[in-house]
Amino acid sequence: MALALAALLVLVAWSFTAGRFAVAPGDVARILWHALAGGDSGLGANVEAIVLQVRAPRVVAALCVGAALAAAGAAYQNLFKNPLVSPDILGVSAGCALGAGIALLMSLPIAAIHAFAFAGGLAAVALVVAVGTWIRGRDPILTLILTGVVVGSLFGAGIALVKYVADPYNQLPAITFWLLGSFTGALPRDLPFTLVPIALGVAAIWLLRWRIDLLALSEDEGRSLGLPVAGLRLAVIVAATLVTASAVALAGTIGWVGLLVPHAARLVTGAAFARVLPLSLLLGAAFMLAVDTVCRTAFPTELPPGVVTAFIGTPVFIALLALTFRRQS
Amino acid sequence: MLAAAALDFGFPRRTVGRGLDLELRAGEVACLLGPHGSGKTTLLRTLLGLLPPLGGTVHLDGRPLGEWGARERARRLAYVPQAAESYFDFTVAEMVAMGRSAHRGALASPSAADANAAAASLARLGIAHLAGQPIQRVSGGERQLALIARALATGARLLVMDEPTANLDFGNQSLVLEEIARLRASGVGVLLSTHHPEHALRIADRALLLREGRIIAAGAAAEVLTSEGLTALYGSPVAVAEVLLPGTPPRSIRIAAGLPRPS
Repeated sequence: MALALAALLVLVAWSFTAGRFAVAPGDVARILWHALAGGDSGLGANVEAIVLQVRAPRVVAALCVGAALAAAGAAYQNLFKNPLVSPDILGVSAGCALGAGIALLMSLPIAAIHAFAFAGGLAAVALVVAVGTWIRGRDPILTLILTGVVVGSLFGAGIALVKYVADPYNQLPAITFWLLGSFTGALPRDLPFTLVPIALGVAAIWLLRWRIDLLALSEDEGRSLGLPVAGLRLAVIVAATLVTASAVALAGTIGWVGLLVPHAARLVTGAAFARVLPLSLLLGAAFMLAVDTVCRTAFPTELPPGVVTAFIGTPVFIALLALTFRRQS
Repeated sequence: MLAAAALDFGFPRRTVGRGLDLELRAGEVACLLGPHGSGKTTLLRTLLGLLPPLGGTVHLDGRPLGEWGARERARRLAYVPQAAESYFDFTVAEMVAMGRSAHRGALASPSAADANAAAASLARLGIAHLAGQPIQRVSGGERQLALIARALATGARLLVMDEPTANLDFGNQSLVLEEIARLRASGVGVLLSTHHPEHALRIADRALLLREGRIIAAGAAAEVLTSEGLTALYGSPVAVAEVLLPGTPPRSIRIAAGLPRPS
C-alpha cells in the first residue's frame, strides 16, 4: 500500500516534468505551490501555462480515470461474482460511449454528455443483467462474458451509426479520436464534470466496501446473513456505472484497466474487498498515468492510451481465462 | 425455536410441498431425508425466509418469520450452504468474519467485538489454525467447518444446513458429523438435510422423511428411521440393523444399508 502510494507520487512528478517541453522538477513544485498559495513563481507565463493549463489537468484526468475504472471493475467483479468482468468486457463502456456519442452528435453541453453516458451505461448493465438472468447457462462465468460481448457489440453498432450520420468534417474526427481513448481533451473548466461524479461513485463504493464482500457469495448466503441483496446490487450498479460513465465521457473507451488492476491488487491483498478497493484505486491511478505519460512522450506522435492498455490487457486476459478454467476442471 | 405449521412451500407458479408441520428447538438435531426432487432444498429455503410460504405459517421464536427484520433474523437463524467453489479466494478468517455483518450497520467497519466473535467461532470448531489459509485450499471438510463457524459467528442458535456432508470424503463426513453433535451438546439446534440415512442414524434426535413434498413420517429418529420407513421413502429396499461393536463396554450402533430388489 505504502509502496503503491510512493510509486504514484514518483509517477506524478515524472509526468509533470516529462514531455515535449521538459520542466525541471523544482520548477514544477514552485509553480504548483504558487498556484495554490498565491503569488508569482517568477518562471514566466509560458512555463506556468504548460504546467497549470496543459499538464496539471491531464495528470488529474489520468489519475481519476484510472482510479475510477479500477474501482468500477473491482465492484463489478464482486457484483457479478465473476473475476473476469470489467466495465469494457460487460459492454458498459460501449453503452456509455453510445450515450456520450449521441450527445456529441446533438452538440449538447458537457453536463448532458455525462448524463447521456450514464444513461447509456445503465441501459447496458440492465441488458447484461436481464440477458444473463434469462439465459442462466451452465457456466455462469462464460455466459456473462459472452453476454457482455454481445451487448457491447450491439452498442458498438449504435456507435457506428452515430459516426455514420456525424458531420464528417467536425464531428466525425472528434468522435473518433475521443473513442480511441485519450486525455488530450482534458480541459480545466470541464474537469469538475468528471471529478464530481467519479468522487461520488467511488465514495459510495468505498462506504459499502464491507458489504460488497458479501456480494461475492451466493444470493441465498447473502440474504441469510441479513444482507439486502437486491438493494445493495442496485446501489453498486448505479455507483460503478456512474464512475464508468464519467471516465468514458472524459477519455473515451479505455479498456482493460478495470480488469487488470483489481486482479493485480488481489494478488497482493487477497479477496477481501475492503483491502482490494484502496489498492485498486492507487494502482489504477498509477497505471493510467504511467500509460498516458509513455503515450505522450515515448514516440514522435502521441499514441492513444487505449491502444497501449489493449496491448497489455489482451495477453493478460487470455492468461487469466486459461488459469480460471484450469482451476475449474 | 423454529416452527412451521400447515406449511405449503414452493414457487409462485409451482407448489413443491403441502401441509407440512415441523419444529426445531435449541439443543437438538433434526434430519430431513428424501430422494432427489422431494423438495428438501425448497423447504429449507422457505424455513430460512428466503422463499415466502405459499400457505400456512413459519414462526421464529414465536413471531412470524416475515415480521423479523433481515438482520434480526440473521442473528437468530443461520444458513450453512454446501461448500461451493468460489472464484474469490477469501481466507477462512475472512469467510467466518462475514457472519458478523448482521451485527453492523450497512456502512460500518468491523469492530474489535466482531473480530473477537469471529475468532471465538473459529476456535469453537477447532479450525483457528486455518484462519489465514485461503478457503479454496483447505480440505472440503474444513471448508464446511468454516461455513458452520460463519453461521455461529452470527450469534444464531438455530442452524439450517443443506447437505453438509455432500461432496466430502468419508473421513471429512465423519469430522463434520462429530462437530454437529458437539454443537448440539452446547445448545445449538440443527436442521440438516442429507442423502445418507446412516448419517441421520448417527446424529439425529428427530427425523423427517419427505417424499414428493409431503412428510411421510416424522418423529423420534429411532421410530422413523426404520427399514420400513426408509424403504417407503426411497422406493428401494433398505435394511436398518443394530450392530454390536466389540470392546469394553460393548457399544451398539444402528446402520442402514441398501438391499437388492426382490426378484
